[in-house]
Amino acid sequence: MSHLLEVKNLDVKFDTDEGRITAVENISLSVDQGEVLGIVGESGSGKSVTAKSIMKLNPGNTSYNEDAEIILDNENVLQFTSKQDLKKIRGGKVSMIFQEPMASFAPAIKIGAQMVEQLLIHKDINKHEAKSISINMLKRVGIADAEKRFNQYAFELSGGMRQRAMIAMALSTMPKLLLADEPTTALDVTIQAQVINLIKDIIKEYQMGVIFITHDLGVIAQVADHVAVMYLGSVVEKGPVNEILKNPKHPYTKGLLQALPDINNLDAPLSPIPGNIPSPLDRPTGCVFRTRCPHHNPEGKDGKIEMKLIEVKPGHWVDQCGIKCGQNG
Amino acid sequence: MGDNLISVNNVSVNFDYQENFISKKQKIHAVNNINIKIKKGSFFGLVGESGSGKTTLGRAILGANKISSGNVIFHDDERDYDLTDMNKQDLKEYRKKAQLIFQDPYAALSPRMTVRDIIAEPLEVMRITSSRQETDERVRDIAAKCRLNIEHLRRFPHAFSGGQRQRISIARALVSNPKFIVADESVAALDVSIQADILNLLKQLQTELNLTYLFISHDLSVVAHVCDVVAVMYLGHIVEMGPSRELFKNPKHSYTKALLSSIPSIDPEKRSEAIELKGEIPSALNPPPGCVFRTRCPNPGVDCKGGEIKMGLIEVEPGHWVDQCCAL
Ligand SMILES: Nc1ncnc2c1ncn2[C@@H]1O[C@H](COP(=O)(O)OP(=O)(O)O)[C@@H](O)[C@H]1O
Ligand SMILES: Nc1ncnc2c1ncn2[C@@H]1O[C@H](COP(=O)(O)OP(=O)(O)O)[C@@H](O)[C@H]1O
Ligand code: SF4
Ligand code: SF4
Ligand SMILES: [Mg+2]
Ligand SMILES: [Mg+2]
Repeated sequence: MSHLLEVKNLDVKFDTDEGRITAVENISLSVDQGEVLGIVGESGSGKSVTAKSIMKLNPGNTSYNEDAEIILDNENVLQFTSKQDLKKIRGGKVSMIFQEPMASFAPAIKIGAQMVEQLLIHKDINKHEAKSISINMLKRVGIADAEKRFNQYAFELSGGMRQRAMIAMALSTMPKLLLADEPTTALDVTIQAQVINLIKDIIKEYQMGVIFITHDLGVIAQVADHVAVMYLGSVVEKGPVNEILKNPKHPYTKGLLQALPDINNLDAPLSPIPGNIPSPLDRPTGCVFRTRCPHHNPEGKDGKIEMKLIEVKPGHWVDQCGIKCGQNG
Repeated sequence: MGDNLISVNNVSVNFDYQENFISKKQKIHAVNNINIKIKKGSFFGLVGESGSGKTTLGRAILGANKISSGNVIFHDDERDYDLTDMNKQDLKEYRKKAQLIFQDPYAALSPRMTVRDIIAEPLEVMRITSSRQETDERVRDIAAKCRLNIEHLRRFPHAFSGGQRQRISIARALVSNPKFIVADESVAALDVSIQADILNLLKQLQTELNLTYLFISHDLSVVAHVCDVVAVMYLGHIVEMGPSRELFKNPKHSYTKALLSSIPSIDPEKRSEAIELKGEIPSALNPPPGCVFRTRCPNPGVDCKGGEIKMGLIEVEPGHWVDQCCAL
């Protein structure tokens, strides 16, 4: 069966004044209809860059590798250049929501006008139909007085309402794939719980595929079916969410879990991962995690190990070095 | 007063508010009739959603916000300071003893200051040291305690990571040798690993330097891990307060319960046990009469709905205080 989205061997590099940096290296991911893939990792690990690649939203200094593929609905997005094609992945088949809803809204245009405009670009409908779809979607995401909000500006809404309005706008075109980049990071836990429940309901209802990016493993546990753990541009471990969180294999995944304060386990010490994330300009050769890894394996530490995911259980993939070195204590 | 460092007595903070110059003047009730005692050497946590008044209360205790009614007493070794009744000299002394850790000092400071200048500034502003050499010594000393690389003191902080900036911020707060520290959302913007590192550092400095903290955070898991006493705030009121373990194991107030249940569990098999709170925190311009939480309470009683209940903490277990309406 073919996946809704399949990313194969993707590298993303940026040319900067200080040189060419590798933001994403050789990652492969897939998302099925009705499924949520969580991507987790510290800031700078390449989560947003990965998501933006799917919409070809990375800026002009970006280069992708020749043999990379991003297959959405049987078409390779990376080959898209025409306006017509790009439209499909920017608001057509794919929509994106962000941490900061103001990133989605132009400050001087009313919410309704933006929703209608977007619908007219992507759907073969008239203004009147677009308006009714928009208002229905605002209602669907739990906005009271949808008709009134339709005629307001984004800044007139409270934080939680703005988040909902952004979700409504992203969903109104009925995308097949929703990219959610830290949509709950700036919210209070109570509002976060509302937004998570809303997103889960909507996925069920519309059977979309979702990539949900967050640095919060708790949020991953609540929303994701599968999870990919990223570090410095590489996926070091991936698999079914329950398996990865309960039976993590890679030293980085374990490190993230040990640093997390768990309210149900107050006696556990908070153990930081030693050291700092290297700059992408000094990306380690071999295993990217070796400068911070608590394990001692001469091969790994010397950068002689090549990164490569191995399937350790059905669906559970771990970087090969993570397995080998992990066994050495 | 023995073991207490800070007593907050019936403190309210209001802000004047006028939508435009013809509309009528209103009051924002940011902090209402708060009573807390912060023990010497404790890690006192203050939690609640944004807009609940945590920052305002923290600033009031530091003397950085005017107190509309009530008072705050700082019990120093030799004498008490009443924050609502201090002369200039007292205020100067108090500033040395009570400090704020900024969330990101770099955002508030000139980009042309070196790390050394940022840390040294309080010493210079408060005229604590008398020579450049003395200042440098103290800066180096506190930087080392905060595990900052001495080599970095000459650099500018723009290139530093979030964790390093937070250490700079901590060093700056501690350089005047204070006894009391307010840490307002100090780890909110950090990745988990750096967060763990900074929390461990705060704990270690507490013992090493005999510090007392007021730790403000919207993250209950973090607070549960580091604080020994916790107060839960909602719309200007403390609705529940007690020893951290007791409070998190045995929450009594509907708001505390809802907050706790909203924390996303790390166990994928424990999904959707959240007591979903509808809507958002109301405006502090027009707080609901009676119990302030009643507009969102998942299970209000008859009295509460009518707004007929009066708020006030009662002690249900030794040291565990709950708003009276919810206590029973
Ligand atoms: N346009 C760009 N030019 C240069 N570097 C970039 C650009 N966009 C992102 N990066 C770098 O790529 C890396 C990954 O960034 P990002 O995907 O935003 O991380 P995350 O979302 O996981 O925090 C970071 O080191 C970031 O600085
Ligand atoms: N300087 C101020 N002027 C007017 N209103 C303020 C001021 N500072 C805070 N407030 C209001 O007081 C209430 C509590 O705010 P704050 O103390 O910042 O809450 P928290 O830190 O818990 O998020 C909010 O309604 C806020 O808008
Ligand atoms: S290769 Fe070695 S250094 Fe890298 S993650 Fe594995 S165990 Fe650690
Ligand atoms: S007093 Fe009533 S409304 Fe308020 S929290 Fe308790 S039960 Fe809910
Ligand atoms: Mg990002
Ligand atoms: Mg605040």
